[in-house]
Amino acid sequence: MSSIRHTRLSGLEPLVITPDLLFVNVGERTNVTGSAQFKKLIKEDRYEEAVDVARQQVANGAQIIDVNMDEGLIDSEAAMTRYLNLIAAEPDIARVPVMVDSSKWTVIEAGLRCLQGKGIVNSISMKEGEEIFLEHARKVQQYGAAVVVMAFDEQGQADTCERKVEICSRAYALLTTRLDFPPEDIIFDPNIFAIATGIEEHNNYAVDFIEATRELKKRFPASHISGGVSNVSFSFRGNNTVREAIHSVFLYHAIKAGMDMGIVNAGALMIYDDVPEELRERVEDVVLNRRPDATERLLEVAEKFKAKKGEVVVENLAWREKPVRDRLSHALVHGIDQYVEVDTEEARQLSSRPLDVIEGPLMDGMNVVGDLFGAGKMFLPQVVKSARVMKKAVAYLLPYIEEEKLRTGDVGKNNGTIVMATVKGDVHDIGKNIVGVVLRCNNFDVIDLGVMVSAQKILDTAREHNADIIGLSGLITPSLEEMSQVAREMQRQDFQIPLLIGGATTSRAHTALKIEPHYKSPTVWVKDASRAVGVAQSLVSKELIDNFMAKVRAEYAEVRERHRNRGPGKQLVSLEKARGQRFTCDWASYEPPQPNRPGITVFDAYDLAELRRYIDWSPFFNAWELAGRYPAILQDEIVGTQATELFRDAQEMLDRIVKEKWLTARGVIGFWPAAQSGDDTEVYAADGKKLATLHHLRQQVDKPVERPDFSLGDFIAPKEAGKHDWIGGFAVTSGVGIEEHVARFEAAHDDYSSIMLKALADRLAEAFAERMHERVRREFWGYMPDETLDNNALIDEKYCGIRPAPGYPACPDHTEKATLFKLLDATANTSIELTEGFAMYPTAAVSGWYFSHPDSQYFVVGRLTREQVEDYAKRKGWTREEAERWLAPNLDYDPD
Amino acid sequence: MSTPWLHPDRVALLENALRQRILILDGGMGTMLQGHQLDEDGFRGDRFAEGRDSAHEHHHDHPGSCDLKGNNDLLTLTKPEIIRGVHEAYLEAGADLVETNTFNSTRISQADYHLEHLAYELNREGARLARAACDAYTAKTPDKPRFVIGVLGPTSRTASLSPDVNDPGFRNVTFEELAANYTESANGLIDGGADVIMVETIFDTLNAKAALFALSELFHQRRARLPVMISGTITDRSGRTLSGQTAEAFYYSVAHARPLTVGLNCALGAADLRPHVQTLSNVADCFISTHPNAGLPNAFGEYDETPEQMASVIGSFARDGLLNLVGGCCGTTPAHIKAIAEAVRHCPPRALPVAKQEAA
Repeated sequence: MSSIRHTRLSGLEPLVITPDLLFVNVGERTNVTGSAQFKKLIKEDRYEEAVDVARQQVANGAQIIDVNMDEGLIDSEAAMTRYLNLIAAEPDIARVPVMVDSSKWTVIEAGLRCLQGKGIVNSISMKEGEEIFLEHARKVQQYGAAVVVMAFDEQGQADTCERKVEICSRAYALLTTRLDFPPEDIIFDPNIFAIATGIEEHNNYAVDFIEATRELKKRFPASHISGGVSNVSFSFRGNNTVREAIHSVFLYHAIKAGMDMGIVNAGALMIYDDVPEELRERVEDVVLNRRPDATERLLEVAEKFKAKKGEVVVENLAWREKPVRDRLSHALVHGIDQYVEVDTEEARQLSSRPLDVIEGPLMDGMNVVGDLFGAGKMFLPQVVKSARVMKKAVAYLLPYIEEEKLRTGDVGKNNGTIVMATVKGDVHDIGKNIVGVVLRCNNFDVIDLGVMVSAQKILDTAREHNADIIGLSGLITPSLEEMSQVAREMQRQDFQIPLLIGGATTSRAHTALKIEPHYKSPTVWVKDASRAVGVAQSLVSKELIDNFMAKVRAEYAEVRERHRNRGPGKQLVSLEKARGQRFTCDWASYEPPQPNRPGITVFDAYDLAELRRYIDWSPFFNAWELAGRYPAILQDEIVGTQATELFRDAQEMLDRIVKEKWLTARGVIGFWPAAQSGDDTEVYAADGKKLATLHHLRQQVDKPVERPDFSLGDFIAPKEAGKHDWIGGFAVTSGVGIEEHVARFEAAHDDYSSIMLKALADRLAEAFAERMHERVRREFWGYMPDETLDNNALIDEKYCGIRPAPGYPACPDHTEKATLFKLLDATANTSIELTEGFAMYPTAAVSGWYFSHPDSQYFVVGRLTREQVEDYAKRKGWTREEAERWLAPNLDYDPD
Repeated sequence: MSTPWLHPDRVALLENALRQRILILDGGMGTMLQGHQLDEDGFRGDRFAEGRDSAHEHHHDHPGSCDLKGNNDLLTLTKPEIIRGVHEAYLEAGADLVETNTFNSTRISQADYHLEHLAYELNREGARLARAACDAYTAKTPDKPRFVIGVLGPTSRTASLSPDVNDPGFRNVTFEELAANYTESANGLIDGGADVIMVETIFDTLNAKAALFALSELFHQRRARLPVMISGTITDRSGRTLSGQTAEAFYYSVAHARPLTVGLNCALGAADLRPHVQTLSNVADCFISTHPNAGLPNAFGEYDETPEQMASVIGSFARDGLLNLVGGCCGTTPAHIKAIAEAVRHCPPRALPVAKQEAA
């Protein structure tokens, strides 16, 4: 008899995992991240139906059910508790064990507190280090559950066989030696990633998983290997036959290698032998990475198997056979611009007026797009592509329409006219452009005034075009004040049309407190592009506007009420107390590192290919309103397909940006002797002459004594210490030359490419800042010559020293950028200019300070008392009012 | 399991005894107390005579309108001599282990009497009384050491069942509340000198898991632990706990606590418990206990299985090698325990599965 103990789980009934079970099916459909349907049920509070999903899973053979409530808009802990309590009351569900699935420990704990049986925790990992890993594992033991250990460590998620095995082995050793965790209660998840994505590095992912499984099972025979199976086939989303075939083939090999548990759609597993032979061979090639053209070959046949099993669709261009109306609709929904002019021309010939084409088939198609987008079935990149098709069709029709207008004087109708602008002092426009595209898709006439637009120009344009709505956008904090200024001006000039507010730094609270009170007509904050249409439509509709505004006004009134009634709970401390609690260290024994290359160094035409490797992709997806972290987002069940497609397009454009030198990257860095002086930092020339004073703001948070109230100056040795400390500065851009290409895309009505290029330039600038900081640490300042961090570690800010940027949380005053630019002579050296609002142009630019102190850290200054604002104004040579204007978002009080 | 034993020598004695013979648990407390026919004044004793707790003048004035009669655990404080007498009667009958009179000594259960503030005290004093009784008997016959089982009862609430038929997701107690309750009670039991802790009469496994969680945290904090005994309750002939688990599922749900013993008690008589005890004996890695009722209650709510009848059924459990500890629950008396002790005296205890393997 073998000495291996079987894993013994339970719901109302036992589940002992013996070898003759071969493979344990874990039902995946009760997972909000994996099932759009389930997510909808939970979000809409339709728990009874959600319980039925679990029932079906068990009825279809799930031996365990995976429950996941990780969704930003859901109170995950409450949802987990409620759902588990509900299924506990259903004996036909509760008989099987539960897998509590969350990336948040608190949600896992909430789940464990509801399970009378022995379930499984999915998952814990060494992502945040060994101690947290062990702490969670100990709790898992105390709650009495088995555990899934993900192959994830401090360096990131394992993708190669070697890393998977290494991480899992380390985890196993820790669990069994430090905690006496039963080996049979350990389940490894060595990460199943999508294959056949078109990205070469992904081709071996299935093989890596299978081989890691083989080795892990050999090393740890009592433990189990599990994984989320549907991940592997994500690139074939929409083609369930091929996906199921991939799952079947993948499982066939993985189970042979020792995989004995998997999260699967229990109702939809295809039997390996049932996979049609032609398909199977090509799927095998892909899964086992047997030939370089495997993906292409599978794609060749994939379409054939797309319909119901056995039913072969021969022609994938079948839509071209349909009537022109349907063809236009298909082209719009799928974003295909290849045939749009031909089809538009055909439609025009069939219509009595050219305008009918727009108001008829084109608008119908866009309505479908709008509905799908509204229902969460289409995502922003697709919508922007649809808009590109629409724009091309409209551009084609325009000459005919003009001609018609001249003949009849008829101008047609639209939903309304919106004047949009990024306000004075600000140059950021990606978000505004996206909103513009989405509104145009919904038949609004959008007049986009661009960036840095003065209040008067916005108002004049609105009057001239008899606009129905004005939309303001901005990204940097000084724009908030400017928006409030525009609102006052609108009131003064007796405007009565609605005002929309949007952009990254705007918020409901700011709009309610600082903008709406200045303008009597409707003022509405718009969270993101997907809300813009609904809001605009409500505002132009006579039937909807009153109810809509009553709701908005009530909401804002409540925000103001709450603001007025803020409790005394978050009292700030006096500036004196905060200063008394400054960060300090043993300066006497501190030896500041001396830079290897003091003074200024300029980089002209920095290698873009090098920067590309340093890109942090997650914000790129967020810019397109696809939520999630890279690379996991590529496999996300909901947005994964879109994200993968967007990523592919981004890679293609990046190739061209680099090869054809669309953009030029320029940068400048400098290091100067510096000393802390009060809350300021004095910067000196090589000869000791004072060059500048940097002004910093200090946290005033009521903290325990051992936790300092930080100010940036704290990280520089004080004058009195008599040390030769240094400070650095940098300004980098990757946006030089962008205008020409943006103009080219706009001329071609290609918003998709224009937004893509701007988003990529932004990413390259951030990558440039990251890369430059790395080189500063290793070479130019050289205080960490031996540092080796991979890109994930850089993104997670694992490095020593910081590079805070003026205008961001550690130094919220944008005007300090002027000092930085002067020290670096940044405009001459990099061609980055500062606007009057201290935004940088080109927008793809980053600037900031370098601090090398080993204990320096990023922090948030947060709210400031009037006392500090007055003190700061004095130091800056400002009036208090000026200080209050620049620091408006940080004030803890309402200025007079 | 790096936490050391709080009383390593006691644990060694107990484990040693368990390997040698079937140990005898005591029997029912309620039946024994009924014999004293205490009235309201009897339950109140001097301390609660005024309609309030005179030991806690300023805190927990007790509304005089609330009857304390029926709060058996309170007798630990108001009639300690009676409780000690019950312990001694069972020790005299042959019990190796006695259970503290703390079945309802949790904050939640005492809330029914507005006596939440007594939770810790009831447990500590309950353990002290049993400790004194056991020590006195051990002194008489040092070769037969007696042990105190500190009892954690199920409380009057269920963490995995809804009391509201219209809202199956509703709960009137949370895991955290239960864990806090059990922590307080267990602290009392440990401070009062219990040798082991028994989580018993488990009709909702989630309650028991909260107790086990509390114990592991407590042991972790105290850096010392006591052996843990776990005893579930199969509520009717469906063969499941009230919360719906089979005996096997129940064991898997609590095995993480690495208990000294697992078993079943209450609700059913010995004969009806047999198949479930058999199941546990098949799957459990630890020692097996059982303390059944004296049959099923009759129309008057009384138990009428005689000591002889009960002992004869239990004797067959023992002969078939299912048992390590045995005693009685509702309706059992020292006479039952004496008969049971006699019936199993010559039967070898069930061997632990590991030992079985080593022998093979």
